[in-house]
Amino acid sequence: MTARAHRIRSIGALTSRIVAALLGGYALAALCSVAVLALPISKPQAVLAGQLASFAICAGVVIWAFAARSALTAWIGLALVAAVLGPLAWSAS
Amino acid sequence: MSGLHTWSGLLLGWVLYAMFLTGTVSFFREELSQWMRPELPRLVQALDPARVAQRVADEIGRIAPGATQWSMKLPDGRSNTVYAFWRLPGGQGARAFGEGHFDPVTGHRIEARGTLGGDFFYRFHFQFYYMSPFWGRLLAGLAAMSMLVAIVAGVITHKKIFTDFFTFRWGKGQRAWLDAHNALSVFGLPFHVMITYTGLVTLMALYVPWGERAAIKTPAERQQLAAELNAFIQAGKPSGEKVQPGSIEAMVRQAQQRWGTTDVGRVNAANPGDATARIAVTRGDAGRVSMSPEYIEFDGVTGKLLAVHDHVGAAAETRGVMYALHLGRFSDLETRWLYFLASLMGTAMVGTGLVMWTVKRRQKLPDPERPHVGFRLVERLNIAGIAGLSVAMTALLWANRLLPVQMQERAFWEVHLFFIVWGLTLLHALLRPARAAWVEQLWAAAALLALIPVLNAATTQRPLWHSLAVGDWVFAGTDLMCLALALLHAVLAIRTARHGAQLRPKGRSAKRGEMPAMLGEAAT
Repeated sequence: MTARAHRIRSIGALTSRIVAALLGGYALAALCSVAVLALPISKPQAVLAGQLASFAICAGVVIWAFAARSALTAWIGLALVAAVLGPLAWSAS
Repeated sequence: MSGLHTWSGLLLGWVLYAMFLTGTVSFFREELSQWMRPELPRLVQALDPARVAQRVADEIGRIAPGATQWSMKLPDGRSNTVYAFWRLPGGQGARAFGEGHFDPVTGHRIEARGTLGGDFFYRFHFQFYYMSPFWGRLLAGLAAMSMLVAIVAGVITHKKIFTDFFTFRWGKGQRAWLDAHNALSVFGLPFHVMITYTGLVTLMALYVPWGERAAIKTPAERQQLAAELNAFIQAGKPSGEKVQPGSIEAMVRQAQQRWGTTDVGRVNAANPGDATARIAVTRGDAGRVSMSPEYIEFDGVTGKLLAVHDHVGAAAETRGVMYALHLGRFSDLETRWLYFLASLMGTAMVGTGLVMWTVKRRQKLPDPERPHVGFRLVERLNIAGIAGLSVAMTALLWANRLLPVQMQERAFWEVHLFFIVWGLTLLHALLRPARAAWVEQLWAAAALLALIPVLNAATTQRPLWHSLAVGDWVFAGTDLMCLALALLHAVLAIRTARHGAQLRPKGRSAKRGEMPAMLGEAAT
């Protein structure tokens, strides 16, 4: 029974990481591409800079989601970055 | 992290393999297009771009009199036609556009066999076929993103990246596959990272539209952004007043004075034939590693120079350079061959990675004779996805030569045949024992490739000996390349067959042939 509970827990943790990687990766990339608009550069340049950087952000988040010590740590990391980028994106859009 | 590497590589691995291989071939897209339209003579001498542009502009005016916009790509050293497309008023979606290839010498629309030429592989590379470009491009983006993740995770997995690189254990089954995969990946690493990232950049406006949606709201802002990305000019509403268009030839001449005789890439027109007409002459790709727009804008009636656009902002320029790096259009012949080889290495990196999954898994199987469904699926998809794709791509070239020239919808039947043959290879892979299927398909690809020069000699006036004698390098090069690729496939077929035979375990019946691992897997 405990073996089974352990198995369910580890599958749950893996699923959690996969969701963090897929959704978190794209969400942070998108958020970053909007937050860039807060930079003191012209709008077209900011839009393009955000798009250019977004793929690096997305790849970084996926790596982080699987490199973090636990699924919870991964989510906390994502939440922290979102907390920084969110207000910037809000103010800029 | 190694799990992430494996799964991000595997899940879209066959899509990635197909994208890599068709992309590799696309570095010779223009040459393939020439080969696939053998009726058109090769351009023996360089033509004057100014006169060519005038001829084709006149012809477009004749065949699409109401076009509100047109764009033509002038011939360079690599193509023998002028490709142009135009927008028709009132049409919607695909019907709003017309396109055609034009003979640069006469200016007339080309009467050659219906074929998509090298453009099929190019378009398939990023948007596939039988699905809308939108969904195709999203799928391609997803595949490219997982490639990027697989590369980064792969680098992290390989802490001993350099020791691994210099360790090569030939013919040692799984170790050899792993070493081959590592060597291909590490040696080409900068190229793989570059080509994957820049591939995402080419379609980034589709993948992350959010910044643009948040910031760009007015038509003026939209135009400002568009000007950073391309040379399509906005001429506003046509006045409706028909006037004699100005001399395109004279405008191209002015551009030539600025950039050099052969350095003109495109001519774009907005509202041609109208009093509000604008013409943009853009600079060619040669001599600069950027796709950012560099163009001169003219009044389309008086021919007066209106503006010179020769720089864009820093971010736009970065995008332009990345875009150019991906397409490699700036490159001369030698650089393009390097691109081709590095890209072929990337294809092999994906291919060896896919094969490794089955090689590793097989050892862990409880009963190697009866693998579970997932294993069998990957194994069969590997065969059709790797060896089968070679067969199908070569079949497209065969279809190009064998389908009746006057056939209806011919260009599409070439492509349908590509997919039919690809489907048949999957069927074959499902029905035959795995190793036999590998060997048979690799031999089929080798035979089809090796016979291309014969087929070409039999169906065109430009056989290999003739093209070598007159220095027709597009035709000679294609024939020779097919022979080289035939050799590569034959070597792979022989090695696969030999390894399977060597490793057949004693004592067990080998009648089914499937049991001993495929492709030289060791029982270590």
